[in-house]
This record gives sequence, structure tokens and C-alpha cells, in this order.
Amino acid sequence: MSDESESKPGLWGRFKKGLGKTRGQLAEGVGNLLLGEREIDDSVLEDLETSLLLTDVGVDATTQVMQELSQRVQRKELNNTRALHSALGGLLKDMLAPLAMPLSVAVDAKPCVIFFVGVNGAGKTTTIGKLANRLRNDGNEVMLAAGDTFRAAAVEQLQTWGERNNIPVVAQHQGADSASVVFDAVQSAQSRGVDVILADTAGRLQAKANLMEELSKIKRVVSRLDAQAPHEVILVLDAGIGQNAISQAKEFDAAVGVTGYVITKLDGSAKAGVIFAIAQQLPKPVYYVGIGEKIDDLQPFEPQVFVDALLAND
Amino acid sequence: MFESLSDRLTQTFRGITGKARLSEENISEALRDVRVALLEADVALPVVKDFIEQVKTRAMGQVVSAALNPGEEFVKVVQEELIHVMGDSNDGLNLQVAPPAVILMAGLQGAGKTTTVAKLAKLLKERDRKKVAVVSADVYRPAAIKQLQTLAKEVDALFIESSADEKPIDIAKRAVQTAKTQFADVLIVDTAGRLAVDEAMMGEIRSLHDFLKPAETLFVVDAMTGQDAANTAKAFNDALALTGVILAKADGDARGGAALSVRAITGKPIKFMGMGEKIEALEAFYPDRLASRILGMGDVLSLIEEAERKVDKKKAQRLAKKISRGKKFDLEDFRDQLEQMSNMGGISSMLDKLPGMGQLPPAAQAQIDDGAFKKMAVIIDSMTIQERQFPDLISGSRKKRIALGSGTGIPEINRLLKQHKQMQKMMKKVSKKGGMQRMMRGMQGLPGMKGGPGR
Repeated sequence: MSDESESKPGLWGRFKKGLGKTRGQLAEGVGNLLLGEREIDDSVLEDLETSLLLTDVGVDATTQVMQELSQRVQRKELNNTRALHSALGGLLKDMLAPLAMPLSVAVDAKPCVIFFVGVNGAGKTTTIGKLANRLRNDGNEVMLAAGDTFRAAAVEQLQTWGERNNIPVVAQHQGADSASVVFDAVQSAQSRGVDVILADTAGRLQAKANLMEELSKIKRVVSRLDAQAPHEVILVLDAGIGQNAISQAKEFDAAVGVTGYVITKLDGSAKAGVIFAIAQQLPKPVYYVGIGEKIDDLQPFEPQVFVDALLAND
Repeated sequence: MFESLSDRLTQTFRGITGKARLSEENISEALRDVRVALLEADVALPVVKDFIEQVKTRAMGQVVSAALNPGEEFVKVVQEELIHVMGDSNDGLNLQVAPPAVILMAGLQGAGKTTTVAKLAKLLKERDRKKVAVVSADVYRPAAIKQLQTLAKEVDALFIESSADEKPIDIAKRAVQTAKTQFADVLIVDTAGRLAVDEAMMGEIRSLHDFLKPAETLFVVDAMTGQDAANTAKAFNDALALTGVILAKADGDARGGAALSVRAITGKPIKFMGMGEKIEALEAFYPDRLASRILGMGDVLSLIEEAERKVDKKKAQRLAKKISRGKKFDLEDFRDQLEQMSNMGGISSMLDKLPGMGQLPPAAQAQIDDGAFKKMAVIIDSMTIQERQFPDLISGSRKKRIALGSGTGIPEINRLLKQHKQMQKMMKKVSKKGGMQRMMRGMQGLPGMKGGPGR
């Protein structure tokens, strides 16, 4: 897939609109604080720190950014708020730049197996529905595996997405062994020559050791069919989650080896600043961001757009 | 939940302990730690600032009482302020209206509304003996209605049908009618998740609210929510006049600052918290207990309450009578005990509430395994009735059969029989006059059995 350069007209505006909606609410946009040219004093820096903390950037990452900026202020490299603003933007973009990487379907793998993991209510099933549509439009033959056998009606939810996209869904009944569902799906995908298989899993809190072990089991079982599988393990992160996202990234990575992230619900008032902390501690590509409930509301992650939207003042 | 916050505060207080008096200097160090800890626990920044100010003012004026050292005094101040921020007492549901009393659920996508509806229905049915009807007005998310239907069946609540082709307001109108004709005491209305910034969707739920005139409008918030909890809670509260908050997914690791934020920003009480995947995992929210938990002092009161609700009283009384008559505690009784324990959410959920557990290393906590108890129950299930009543009968060949039947091994069966023997001995002691008191005295010597921030 080559959606890296594919910047649809209106995407920037839409994304910015999504992120910009909260302005005037409780949390002031970072940009507003830096509007116009002012001398930089302690209160400007303090306001800046406040704003970063309010977008879930977290204590460590905020401290680091603030140290860097105040050093440059002391060295007289930054003389006014406008310069500070652009320095901050540059700094934040640099932190996220390594994470911008498109999801590429492994062509030599038939099928390319992609797991979706995350806590309850992160948006795994919805993301699969949207991604299935995207991959199919790119000319891939796609299949879905209803690996969430725990939550009531999760199977039906995925089946609805399958119908909408006209894509086959491999499923068993609620309460079935999730590993066996995914195994069946991969097996049938192999015989049918399917390109990509998107496997849903039940949401689980990362502190529950037994549930995390179940996830490792799914991985073990699938690797019997293809030693390389799963080719991708995508951790779905809710933009509204605070510092717990770091623990989610660590624990899911320890259990199944996360290869990339999707950030969902970025169209709300949450700004997902925690991604800066994740970029430092567990850097992996952010493949997509979810910016709405419609089927095409899944867009490639672009640090430039993300940071601009965060700092923009309209 | 809250583990890392309590860890950090315990650490901070260790630093203070031993110093002569609370001084501006040693407090400011502790306050900085408290600030960082609260921010890392995702308490909203404005709330953190207020909290720190209040603690500082109070701690500085505080006369250290003779009974406490400065560290303990500081813990007390922080704890009291925490209780204060989260609301001073528990607020139950107010359903004293002409039936059906309507409960409207609201929240963001994926907060946990539908699951909470089912848990709440079960709680109202069992604890308050209410006839509960549920309906879903979520016509957007695929299979949301089906999800509620499945859960309603599980908790045996009256499920009022709805379809994705209907308008939410029509569903609400019909549901109230049906609830009336079916003589339901309570009608819980589930709604679609929505963003506070989505004006059309907020308008929709406002019109539902206007029509239903709910006795309770509950905002469901994910316990893992970050700074945005403050924004979202405020927006929902402005739009809907919430009556309370439910903190979902509070059994995760190390977070929960959202509870403090939401309470401080909206001023609305937190009424329940969701504590697990099981359908009975909904607990009343008690700020004092939670504050104790934040400070690593355990939550023994919830544990007692839960035991009272879930333990089968008849069975317990029968067992007590049997033992006091000098009868033996057989394997059948042992199995009942195991079952009661798993009814209470298993050993890990119980240990969670005990003082000092927050300080166990996470690896040790992960080792606590409910599976072992399940296995023991399976072993007993594989015995004949005779074997359960007279365990001495169990010979080598019987053991082999039981091992085969339960999918375990002979060593596991030997271990179970040994454990049973020990319990039998303990029961014998209890049944003797004054035995209980003697045993309790013995237990007080155990570390962590008496209050205090577990050090």
C-alpha cells in the first residue's frame, strides 16, 4: 500500500477540525498561549508546560521537551513566543517522525496475518471494519477472523462489517476458543489464496496475566501454520486514554510482540499526547488514526498533520 | 488499580518518616511527589493544582498529634483531602419515583456502557429485589442491540426489543410503555457512545433525556481516561444534568485519576465502579475506602460487604451447625467453600482489597492463581459421593481413576487431600468452645492484618 503520500484534499482540514473542536473548552490549545510576539518569561514557559500536560504528554516527556526549550531560550536562540512556537512544533515533529510508516501487506505471505489487540472498548472491531474496506479497495483479497469470542455479540458486530464490505468472516459461537477460530481462519485463507487476514481478539486489560497468556496462545497456535505469522500485531489505542497507554504498549508487546499502533477516536476532544511518551519508550510505527465512525474515517498517521493540528490556532 | 500511585506515595512518606516535625521544606518535597504521582495517575491538571494547595494549607497548620509521627500525620492529611475531593460519602441510586424509574446511560464510545447496564441490572435485581427492564437505543454500532440482548438474558432482565431502523426517541417511547405494562420497577436505557463535541449526537441524547425524565442519568467513564476526562465530563454534565458517574474498567493496572477529576469537575457523585469482566463485578463507590486504597491501606470493608452479598447464607449456616454438632468437615463441604470463594471473584479479587497488597511486586501478584482453586473443585467433582463423605476410602486405584477423570495427576490429588485434612483440623478447633477467639488472636500476629499503611 502506498498511502503515505496520499494526502486527500480536505484531510488536513478534517483532521484539524477533529482535533480543534475543543478549543474554547477547558483545555486551551497550545497555540493560543503562544499567539503573537511576546517576550519569553517564566510564565510563558509555565503555561506551555501546563498545555503539554493537559494533552496527556505526561510528566517525563513534558519535562524533556521543556528542558530542551528552556536551554535554547537561555542560549538566546529563541527570542519571542513565535520562535518558541515553531521550535516546539519542530521538536514534537522530530519526536514523532520515526513513527510515520505505512502498513505494508507482506506480499510473500499468503495470507498476511494481522492481529488486532488492545484493552476493552479501544475500537478494535471498528478499526478492522474500516481497514478491511481500505485494503480491499487497494485490490487485496481480505478475510476477517472473529477472534473475540468473549464479549456478547462481538461476532455479530464483525459479521456486520463483513457484510458491509462483502468480505468473508470466519466465526464460531460465543465462548468458543479464540485460538481455534483464528487457526481455522488462517487455514481456510491459505487454501483459498486470500491475501490478508484481519484477526479480531477480545479486549483485555493488560494487568490480567491469564488473559494476556491467552493472547500468546493464539499467536503460538497460528505460527504452526506459518512460522512467520502473525506478520503484524497492531495495538489499538484509544486517544482518550492517559498514561496507562504506556503500560498497555509495554504489556501487550511483552505478550505478543506489537509491531505497530492505531490510534482511535482522535475526532473527540482527546489529543493523544501520550503518543510522545510511547514514541520514546516503545517506538513502533503508527499505521493509522481513526477520526470518525464512517467506513473511510481511517487515515494514515502524519506527524506533521498531527502536530500542526495540536498547535494550530484558528 | 491505583497501585503505582499508592506505591509512590508510600515511597514519599517513607522519606518523611523519622524527621522531627512537618516543615515547609520536607512537605514541599512530598508535595512535589504527590503532584507528579497524581499527574501520572491521569488526574486532570486543574484538579491536581487545587488538591496540592489544599493539602499544603492543611498540612502546614497541622499540629502533629502525640500519637503520630510527621509522616503518618501527612498521610492522614492527604487521605482526608482525597476523600473530600471524591465526595465525602457514598451516594446510592435514587429511584424513589413512580415506576418505572428510568436510568439513562451516557458516555463516550467504548467506555463500557452496555456491559455496565447488564451489571447494574443484576445488582438491582439481586440487592434491591427490583424488576428490571433494559432497552438499547444504540442504533449505530453494529450488533450493539444484540449485545445487550445477550447480556440481558444472562442476568435474567426483561429485554425490550429494538431495531437499528428505529429512531432512538421512538425506541424510548415504546420502552417506557412496555416497562409500564410489564410492571417493571426500573428501566435502564442504553445509548450509543458519542463524543462530547458532536453536536448532533449530543442533541439526540438531550431529547432522549427530555422525554424520559430519568430518575438517574449516569455518565460512564473509562477509569483509564487521561486529561480529557475533565473536558468530557464537563460537556456531558452541561448537556444532560448528570446525577452520577460510574467508573468502568477500574480493575486495570495503576490508574484511576479520572475518578478524582470527574468528581471534582462535575461535582456529581461516583456511584459505582466496574471491577472486572464478570457480570457481578460492579461495586458501590466509597470515597473513604478508595482513598485508603490509593494510600495502600487496603479495602477491607468492600471485601466484607461482598462476602455478605455473595456467600450463600443457608449453606454457611448448615455447615456451621454440622461442625458444631461435632460432625466432620468432608470434601463436599470443602467444595462448597471453594465455590463460595470463586463466587466472590476468586482469590485474586479478594487479595486486591487487602492492605499492603499494592506493594507486592507485580510479578508476585500475577502468580496468584484462581486456576488452582478451579482445579481442586474439578478433582472433587470427579469423586463419588461416598468418596467425598469418607475421604479415607480413597486408595491408590481410586486416586488413579480420579486423576484420569479430572485431567490431573496423583500428586495433585494427594495435595488436595492433605489440604482438606488441615482444614478439617482447623474446623475441629473452631468447633470447640472458645476456639474461634483463640484462632482470631493467633491471626492478629500476622503481618498486615491490622490497619496502617502497611509498612
